[in-house]
Amino acid sequence: MLSKKVKSRIFFLVLSLISAAIVIFMVLRSLEENVVYFFSPTEIYNKTNISFNKKIRVGGLVKMNSISKNETSINFIITDLKKEIVVSYNGLVPNLFSEGKGVVAEGKLRDKKYFIADKILAKHDENYMPPEVYKALEISNN
Amino acid sequence: MFKNFFPSKILSLTNKTINSLVILLVVVVVIGLTYSLLISPPDYIQGDSVRIMYVHVPSSFIALGSFAFIGIASISNLIFKVKFIPLMAKSLAPVGGIFTLVSIVTGSLWGKPTWGIWWAWDARLTSMVILLCFYVAYILTWKFISSFEKANKISSIIGIVGLLNLPIIKYSVDWWSTLHQTSSITLTSAPTIHYTMLVPLIIMLVGMVIYSMIIFLMKYKTEIMKFKLDKKKNNK
Repeated sequence: MLSKKVKSRIFFLVLSLISAAIVIFMVLRSLEENVVYFFSPTEIYNKTNISFNKKIRVGGLVKMNSISKNETSINFIITDLKKEIVVSYNGLVPNLFSEGKGVVAEGKLRDKKYFIADKILAKHDENYMPPEVYKALEISNN
Repeated sequence: MFKNFFPSKILSLTNKTINSLVILLVVVVVIGLTYSLLISPPDYIQGDSVRIMYVHVPSSFIALGSFAFIGIASISNLIFKVKFIPLMAKSLAPVGGIFTLVSIVTGSLWGKPTWGIWWAWDARLTSMVILLCFYVAYILTWKFISSFEKANKISSIIGIVGLLNLPIIKYSVDWWSTLHQTSSITLTSAPTIHYTMLVPLIIMLVGMVIYSMIIFLMKYKTEIMKFKLDKKKNNK
């Protein structure tokens, strides 16, 4: 049905598409460290070549009842439910920043358990619902 | 259905068809906007800023969908060399490009009140900027290369390479840690958007798809006329 010319074009295209996909895959794999926007506390814990002078981002959930504020700074714990990192920060936090919600902190590691942030970002999840529904869910969960 | 896009059919497409599409567009968008801006509830944590979603998500959908069409058209272009397919892809590019820009701008406006920053170079946002670059390159190729054969070949290659970027955009939020949240609407599981928000979202999507169709049809008709005119000139 297909002429020989068309067949060879298909063959050539499929071959180049597959090789391009493989190249992209390998490039992205080797750049993984740069593609990820933040590291989880567990990834930080497992990292061996950690640099304490470079800016990095740590992300996870704000641990329940871990936020403590004083006049100038705010401290809280980022957790990925396996490992934890204490974060210390001076400045304003975004409106959506709250306990139990996602957070990304940008700054420098003091050591593997302590992080000095100079920027706090709120990360929200894929759930959208009206406040009444959320309340109803809360009640049925408790 | 595809036969309706044959050049002869499109040229006989009267302004009446486009006018009735415009009327449909106005009705759907008015309903969609009223629903999404007034009737639908605010989000339980984001409040009213969630309403940006009703423009942001459909724009992104159309941006990806248009380029998927351009990419597939480009593949079939290099294989079968049907004349009117590149004209279709070429006509779809501007509206897709504009919606990519709309998606990026509204996303940025949404990022400030939710994340706390306008822009983050995470995988989703970066791959979306790359998509915009592909759109621009694709459109410019048609604009600045005067020979049809040459422009067709180069733009097809751009379309095919750009096609490989689409799964990266789609799955970036699953493959890497990103600031952008993961998808709320997936094929495999129930949407994580409450139906009072999902309904206006779908209405807005339908409205914006109709809008894209109108722009596409108008551009496509012009392109075919131009193509036929050029052919006549060359034959003289």
